[in-house]
Amino acid sequence: MTTTTPPLTTISKTHRAPWARWGIKSAAFSYLTVLLVIPLVVIFQDGLHNGLTGVWQAVTQPIAWSALGLTLWTSAVMAVINAVMGTLTAYVLVRYHFPGKSILNAIVDLPLAIPTLVTGVMLVVLYGPQSAIGSFLKTQFDWRIIFAPPGIILALLFINYPFVVRAVQPVLENLDRASEEAAATLGAGAFTIFREVTLPALWLPIVSGALISFARAIGEFGAIVIVAGNIPFRTQTAAIYVFGQVESSNRQGASAMSIVMLTIAFSTVLFVDWLRRRNRKERAA
Amino acid sequence: MSISEPIETTVVTQPRRVAFSFEGWQRHLLIGIVVGYTALLILAPLGGLITGAFAKGLGPVIEALRQPDVLKSFQLTLYIGLITIVIHALFGTTLAWVLVRYRFPGRRLINAMIDLPFAVSPVVVGYMLLLVFGRNGLLAPVLDALQIKVAFAVPGMIIATIFVTMPFMAREIIPILEAFGIEQEQAAATLGANGWQTFWWVTFPALRWGFIYGIILTFARALGEFGAVLVVGGGIQGLTESATLYIFRILDQREYVGAYTAALVLGLFSLILVIGTELFRRREEEKHKR
Repeated sequence: MTTTTPPLTTISKTHRAPWARWGIKSAAFSYLTVLLVIPLVVIFQDGLHNGLTGVWQAVTQPIAWSALGLTLWTSAVMAVINAVMGTLTAYVLVRYHFPGKSILNAIVDLPLAIPTLVTGVMLVVLYGPQSAIGSFLKTQFDWRIIFAPPGIILALLFINYPFVVRAVQPVLENLDRASEEAAATLGAGAFTIFREVTLPALWLPIVSGALISFARAIGEFGAIVIVAGNIPFRTQTAAIYVFGQVESSNRQGASAMSIVMLTIAFSTVLFVDWLRRRNRKERAA
Repeated sequence: MSISEPIETTVVTQPRRVAFSFEGWQRHLLIGIVVGYTALLILAPLGGLITGAFAKGLGPVIEALRQPDVLKSFQLTLYIGLITIVIHALFGTTLAWVLVRYRFPGRRLINAMIDLPFAVSPVVVGYMLLLVFGRNGLLAPVLDALQIKVAFAVPGMIIATIFVTMPFMAREIIPILEAFGIEQEQAAATLGANGWQTFWWVTFPALRWGFIYGIILTFARALGEFGAVLVVGGGIQGLTESATLYIFRILDQREYVGAYTAALVLGLFSLILVIGTELFRRREEEKHKR
């Protein structure tokens, strides 16, 4: 979101009829209003018509509460793993040259091009009860990936892989290496340099990438509904819960949970935006 | 380079290569971890799906693709995708134009709002649309009077798909419009071109790649939409069953080869679209450099 627009003296002011200007503007606004604003206002109004206590009561129903809890903890675990592995991936992609590097770089973006439902199907084929791996884990260790939280985390990791990598990569590429070299000259080991010099310069992209993936994970449905299998109290996430409530026409439950999910996701995104702007101001100062 | 020349005068003996990245076995370990992680997380499931679809040979795969429901659902998906890209090509471009070229109160708020659909759960998107267009929804009286069916019908699925793909077009075009500036447009206007001529002959050629890429990304995302179209469309077999909804239903009916095959076709189609455009764009850019 760069705002380095050149100062504008719009030509349209002098050379375009005012009705055209007005028409273009109102077309853009009505597109946004009809698509975004009206649906969002309607859902908040619907959920809040019994007040915040109504939302609280609906969300703290045992099944809803456990669905929300499952969503939050699996998303948080995913965000942490994604932060670590995404940073490592970006580091390897920027700092090293090795055969197959450009292929690795391309694979990072694959999850964005694959429908999430297809991702879910893929994971079930590979780790499901019918598969070799799935049945081996079940008989040997009595451990399940599919229809259990590990499957949910795996699906979320797959879908969100690009977000930390693509946030960290450009920053690492533009990182001034003078401080790393200075630290090396002073006798610091590679690990110390990474921890004390490189990592502090990368905290913003790492944290913002991880938080964006967390916000997306809160609402993920397609991949999870396939791998988790909708078992209340065990593998039912918030999005699947909302789906169930809509199917059974429980408007109060669906609206309340939707509002909670929207609030968590929006505030995470706004927080990331605030972090980025604060960082930019600090650098400018 | 020149600093390392007068090495005789310096007393400090420096290692020939300063180790400020992990080197030696640590380097191999790091590369190994990342390649292994990517292979396990991304490639293994992809390979699994391919072997899963072809587990019983080529025959069942072809048989699965010839089901009438498959053709119908893929047709519906393509239809929804096409309408979505037409709408976004018109309105998404207009929105980007307004955000870059006009100054008005609330511009920053709108700029932030475009990204909101990324953070809204697809299920919630579908549910919101039911609240607006459904039987007891906000617009129910109007829709009833006009006898238009939106919820549990194709129009609702189209609106849902437009919602979830909203950010792509604007986000591709806004940075290009900002970088392009207005000098050339001003020149055209000075030479007597009207607003529309200026846009068509001056601005649009500069936007071309962003425009095409935005459309491809929108289309690929539209093909894969599942949660929102499931909730608002209801997945009625033969009526509102798009490709993803078909896969979901026959997976539930334990027709594994059919489900895996359809998933593979849908996944590969989006993959080829996105990767093909990227390759094509890179080649075009190389050409222009020369």
